[in-house]
Amino acid sequence: MRLKRKDILTIEELERDELEMIFSSAASFKEVSERDIKKVPTLRGRTIINLFYEPSTRTRTAFEIAGKRMSADVINISASASSVKKGETLMDTAKNLEAMKPDCIVIRHSSAGASHILAGLLSCSVINAGDGAHEHPTQALLDIFTIKERFGRVEGLKVLIVGDILHSRVARSNIWGLKKLGAEVTVCGPPTMIPPHIERLGCSVTYNIDHAIEDADVIIMLRIQLERQRATLFPSLREYARCWGLSAERLKRAKKDVLIMHPGPVNRGVELSPEVIDGPWSVILEQVTNGVAVRMALFYLLLGGVKED
Amino acid sequence: MERVVLRGGRIIDPSQDMEGLYDIFIMGGRVASIKPAEEGSPVGEGWLEYDCKGLVVAPGFVDLHTHLREPGEEYKETIKTGTLAAAAGGFTTILCMANTTPPNDSEAVTRFIKKRAEEEGTVKVHPVGAITKGLEGKELTEMAELKEAGCVAVSDDGRPLMNTSLMRRALEYAGGLGLTVISHCEDIYLKEDGVMNEGFEATRLGLKGIPAQVESIMIARDIELCELTGSRLHIAHVSTRRGVELIRDAKRRGVNVTAEATPHHLLLTDRMVGYDTDFKMNPPLRTEEDVEALREALKDGTIDCVATDHAPHSSIEKDVEFDMAKDGVVGLETAFGVLMRLVHEGVLTLKELVRLLSTEPAKLMGLQAGSLSVGSPADVVVIDTEREWTVEPETFRSLSRNTPFKGWTLKGRVVRTFVDGRVVYEEE
Ligand SMILES: [Zn+2]
Repeated sequence: MRLKRKDILTIEELERDELEMIFSSAASFKEVSERDIKKVPTLRGRTIINLFYEPSTRTRTAFEIAGKRMSADVINISASASSVKKGETLMDTAKNLEAMKPDCIVIRHSSAGASHILAGLLSCSVINAGDGAHEHPTQALLDIFTIKERFGRVEGLKVLIVGDILHSRVARSNIWGLKKLGAEVTVCGPPTMIPPHIERLGCSVTYNIDHAIEDADVIIMLRIQLERQRATLFPSLREYARCWGLSAERLKRAKKDVLIMHPGPVNRGVELSPEVIDGPWSVILEQVTNGVAVRMALFYLLLGGVKED
Repeated sequence: MERVVLRGGRIIDPSQDMEGLYDIFIMGGRVASIKPAEEGSPVGEGWLEYDCKGLVVAPGFVDLHTHLREPGEEYKETIKTGTLAAAAGGFTTILCMANTTPPNDSEAVTRFIKKRAEEEGTVKVHPVGAITKGLEGKELTEMAELKEAGCVAVSDDGRPLMNTSLMRRALEYAGGLGLTVISHCEDIYLKEDGVMNEGFEATRLGLKGIPAQVESIMIARDIELCELTGSRLHIAHVSTRRGVELIRDAKRRGVNVTAEATPHHLLLTDRMVGYDTDFKMNPPLRTEEDVEALREALKDGTIDCVATDHAPHSSIEKDVEFDMAKDGVVGLETAFGVLMRLVHEGVLTLKELVRLLSTEPAKLMGLQAGSLSVGSPADVVVIDTEREWTVEPETFRSLSRNTPFKGWTLKGRVVRTFVDGRVVYEEE
């Protein structure tokens, strides 16, 4: 089994049957992580480079562990986009890395479209691990995989995404993926953080979280970027938490078995109150576990088996 | 004295409302006479004869908005290559913007540009002086001296004057000298670090948007200041429907404002951008609705002329992440062919297009150009309206290749260009 594409750049471009293929593959790889000896020889002799232009613990580690559990050689490179401005361009870095004959480059970059540049330039596989405010396909895959595991389906579920939709690649990838699989998606946040015409992706928009959580099956809370020109987007963390944060009190309006998700890292007391993070609704740690399985599946489906021409 | 005759071409000269088959006789670089074409009639000894049968002969095009990059960024373009590119595109007169390094904010730089253009240039170059010293938006330049040195207008193009009071003074001062202020209308606070038109496409691509109001707010402000001062204002590269509406309304009220639009804003939309940096320019490509409004404005005279905003950049500025790429596209060599699409689509007649490219821009800046009337400089473009060609950036005379029209097949091409009666471009 193999995906008929070289790269994973967006959820937008994936077909529904490709998503299903990734999920069923992830389910079998999840079992590997539960074994005593967490290693299969599937990708022995393959080289994966993690090229990260933005700091990341969770995503980079998940890719690294996924590669290593499949016996691939994984190399991590951290670069900073700002220092790169004066030094080597992304194009040059990419060509130099390709000269070392990797099988796959995983790239995270602060510029939207960066993974497209790489994919267009290189003959090896490219996986987008987040490009600016554009997409973060592997995060959406692990989110949707987690939802599917819990509910046994995605079709017909009501999913609410709350927070800084404007700057969120996680939101965009999730909207594409959830819509393709038949979920109903609503985005919610302060109007300053809702990008224009987002509803054309097939979701609805609301500013009022209290109404929106009432019939939600899943609530995905997004991380607020504390650094990012917050002053013009909302007045204070206090007011943000009051209006768009999830507390146990607010959750009383929600369905009893509602699923609370967060791509991490969480700002405790801002997006989520501590009792919600650690409470029964939260599947945040399962998301992390599934993040490894989903990335193993992607490596397998892109690099596994004999290369076809 | 050199004697040249262009025989049998279809002359289109909106400046004298002329359209028909004529022979043009040129002596000493000027149009000496125009006579109805007489096939086979002898012209006499010593005349250099060009057969223009089946071709259109029009006044050379005038571009009010180019960036020649010299001095300072000669790896992108020089006065030599930029004017060669102009000639290949049928332009015989161009205005070059002040944002060079150093900027054209002094007599010395203006004279340098004029001198280089005389020594190495192939078409006529008129410098646009800066409005403020160093393009910094703080102090006015010595505009009287700039004018004496050869500047025909002033502009801080690319660096909008955010200080409204200073803009008022600039209009007053320049107006007193008879200099037009060319305004690049952009509210940089509203723009923030936007990189493409704000709308669904920017949302989908995760790129920061630039709302149409970034432009229209400043157009509104500058129209108000134009009315306050009574000075001449020309709005550069209008890209939005709202911008058009504001200008239309101002003209109706008799405000002394004119405007230009670029070929790319007339042909392309934000849906074509993707992450291709050859589609990144300032102002950004807008929506179908905006394109429609611009085309309408060309027809009803709200937009007075077409200008290229020829902005060369090398792969160093363009082969990078979209949000880090410099703004701008080259346009001199593709403008006419691209605009012929509007003629083929029935938006404009060929005569209207010639008026927008030659007669009008020349008139707006008071230039001796854009006309084939007897006594005018013999700046002429010869066009094959049937010729199909493909845009191949590798063949450009410009040093830069950053065109969004790469690979386009166009119908209609400049085949020969004359400046002062001498051939400066000939299609191979
Ligand atoms: Zn400009």
